[in-house]
Amino acid sequence: MTVRTKPAEATATPVKQRRSLPPLLVHALAALGAFAVVVLLTLVTDEFTNLRLATIGYYLIAVAGLTLLTGLTGQVSLGHGAFMFIGAYTVALLVRRVPSFPLWADLLLASAAGGLAGLLAGAAAARLRGPYLAGATLALAVGLPALTRKFPDFLGGSNGLSFTVHSRPAGIGVPELRWQTWIVWLSVLVALVLVANIVRGRLGRDFRAVRDDEVAAALSGIAVGRTKILAFLVSAVCGGLAGGLQAFLLGTAAPGSFTPALSLSLLAAVVLGGLGSLWGALWGAVALVYFQAWSEDLADVLHLNTDVANNLPLAVYGVILIVVVLAFPRGIQGGFHRLRALLRKPAEKKENHENH
Amino acid sequence: MRTTRYGAGFLALALALTACGGAGESDGGGQQAADSAVGVTKDTVVIGTHQPLTGPAAPGYSKISVGARAVYQAINDGGGINGRKIEYKVEDDGYNPTKTVEVVKKLVLQDKVFAIVGGLGTPTHSKVVDYLNSEGVPDLLVSSGALAWDNPQKDPMTFGYQVDYTREGKIQGQYVKDTFAGKKIGYFTQNDDVGRDTQAGLDRFVKDQVVVRQGYDSANTDVTPQLSALKAAGAEVVVCACIPAFTALSILAAAKIGYKPQFVVSSIGADPATLSGLLQDFAKRGGASVSSGQLLAGLIGTGYLPDVAQIADPWVAYFKGIHDKYIAKEPFTNTVLFGMVQAYTFGQALKAAGPEPTRQKVVDAMSSGALKGPGLTPFGFSKDSHAGYTGAYVFKINPDTTTTVIQPPAVTDRGTGAITPYSGERATPEQVNLVSK
Repeated sequence: MTVRTKPAEATATPVKQRRSLPPLLVHALAALGAFAVVVLLTLVTDEFTNLRLATIGYYLIAVAGLTLLTGLTGQVSLGHGAFMFIGAYTVALLVRRVPSFPLWADLLLASAAGGLAGLLAGAAAARLRGPYLAGATLALAVGLPALTRKFPDFLGGSNGLSFTVHSRPAGIGVPELRWQTWIVWLSVLVALVLVANIVRGRLGRDFRAVRDDEVAAALSGIAVGRTKILAFLVSAVCGGLAGGLQAFLLGTAAPGSFTPALSLSLLAAVVLGGLGSLWGALWGAVALVYFQAWSEDLADVLHLNTDVANNLPLAVYGVILIVVVLAFPRGIQGGFHRLRALLRKPAEKKENHENH
Repeated sequence: MRTTRYGAGFLALALALTACGGAGESDGGGQQAADSAVGVTKDTVVIGTHQPLTGPAAPGYSKISVGARAVYQAINDGGGINGRKIEYKVEDDGYNPTKTVEVVKKLVLQDKVFAIVGGLGTPTHSKVVDYLNSEGVPDLLVSSGALAWDNPQKDPMTFGYQVDYTREGKIQGQYVKDTFAGKKIGYFTQNDDVGRDTQAGLDRFVKDQVVVRQGYDSANTDVTPQLSALKAAGAEVVVCACIPAFTALSILAAAKIGYKPQFVVSSIGADPATLSGLLQDFAKRGGASVSSGQLLAGLIGTGYLPDVAQIADPWVAYFKGIHDKYIAKEPFTNTVLFGMVQAYTFGQALKAAGPEPTRQKVVDAMSSGALKGPGLTPFGFSKDSHAGYTGAYVFKINPDTTTTVIQPPAVTDRGTGAITPYSGERATPEQVNLVSK
């Protein structure tokens, strides 16, 4: 809803027309534009809406990472919440134990910690495929948060860790949440520029080649295993950053926030938004935040009993997912594409399909 | 490589923008003027709370706000407090700390509540204490017995409600030591402050008798492994610092493996009416039917509020009146009563804050020591202490699921102090006279 200018070019620009501008520059400019839009949005909305915008921000980068992994490389991960968990605890521990580290260093380290875990998971994942990979990654999501109980003194047990992150420079007259929203989006957009570049570049082509046909990819000189591990690495870095941003925003890291349900919602958001498109990641993140809020409000208004209210948000989400996928197999972004194609058709009939 | 240079430039810009001192270094923090009266208008006071209406802690606890709402309705129908009606906003956090932070920010920023009253849960509420205190929002009567709510220096806006787990653990520990001398004891506790703080109290008395310590996590409802470990260690007495759902699950798991220890359960999970309901419910889901009377008979618990079965108690009778009028369809359980007492106590504080309440005045009223509650032991509230109820009594559940007090109320501190019987007078509902009926 905010950054209409960017990933359309990022992911879908016909290569020939834009040769004059290098993609990284295009992406960076688009990100700057998107950041301006976010800042404008935060200025015209109240502080709580700022928080929701920031929430969309960190979900966006998590979903974008998963999009790259699942949509581009074809590796299904049911355990992406685990990388968020790692990112969140990295920031939590750094803020509490090494308070002198600046925020950007904390976030970089959170991404790195997520990436390291992704490297290990990816090395294992490269040998698995399909349902076996899904099962292995699900085990990550189930098992990793249990670490907090193994080391209650270090990780705070089920209670988790709470802390206050100070990032707002003294003398800036901006409400805390607004400032935090800016930081979140700034970090997310920087990461998105890099991800968009990977998607556009040679590595992205390798990813797609591996997804479409591993044998053919290997024959054309792509190191299939290494490419798969790289995809896992990049996507886990995004997950770690998302978790770190969540911890920064909410001042908490607790195992109760990183249930397998989170990992499944992330994957659902990828499918809902549009498999394999970074724009889709944005729609998925928006859906994740707002469908949840709306269906909770709905349960509230209807005064449902606990068992129904408990499951309503997920049920609503599921129904929407089914409807969207039935109507637009390529998710919300696919729907937009089709709409645009329909509008354009009378003018010119071109077979330039733009979907990654 | 022009592109790389642009990228590097952009990165540098981003880093520079966020590079402002250490993320964890404390800056002074700006406490807002506490004489503000956010949420107070000529005829309303808006307050909020976060409760697990869904999720693992919802069975049992989701009824607390039902009880509280009934009392606020009664207060409003009686003309309100100093002419102001209380508007009570309940947000569901599903016992998920991330959600808690979000909904509390929603209450403070969007709904502009005057105070948070009775925010529920240790893992959840501990994540918003700093926020509420830095924003200067009164954080009253937290629904948890963790020690963390009693830090008047650091968190001047936060006040406890329940007897804290260490005090309760001490009273349980002394009772168990006196009654079950020489028997093997096992602890079964929630893996957080509930467990830690309770064990700190218990260990002062029964450390030598403990043969096994097991914990549970509220996200995992299979407790058979832990109960098997308790059985294997030969524990004859199991002290259970568990929320209601997990007390019920433990009782069922013990029954399933043919293990019959003496359960001693903390006040947070020992409400017979709630437990009966949960036992029936969980057993039904497992395809069995159980007699909750049989399973619960003999269970020992601790409490600090009068039991709902003691209908002769003036406060129980008073709240039963409100219950029958407003929420007659809900079973009248100790959990519902918990919410009612909490709401009533807030009503007292708001009344004591005077006709022009501000956040600071409510905090002063809370610390004045003047709140005489429906509880059987006194509050610890003063200038130097924000501890809630300061003691507990011990009861046993009868085969018909009524309760019998087997050790009268006693009070103690959270440190090494002695446990002393308490025989102070309680004010009656007529004396407090919050709402002229």
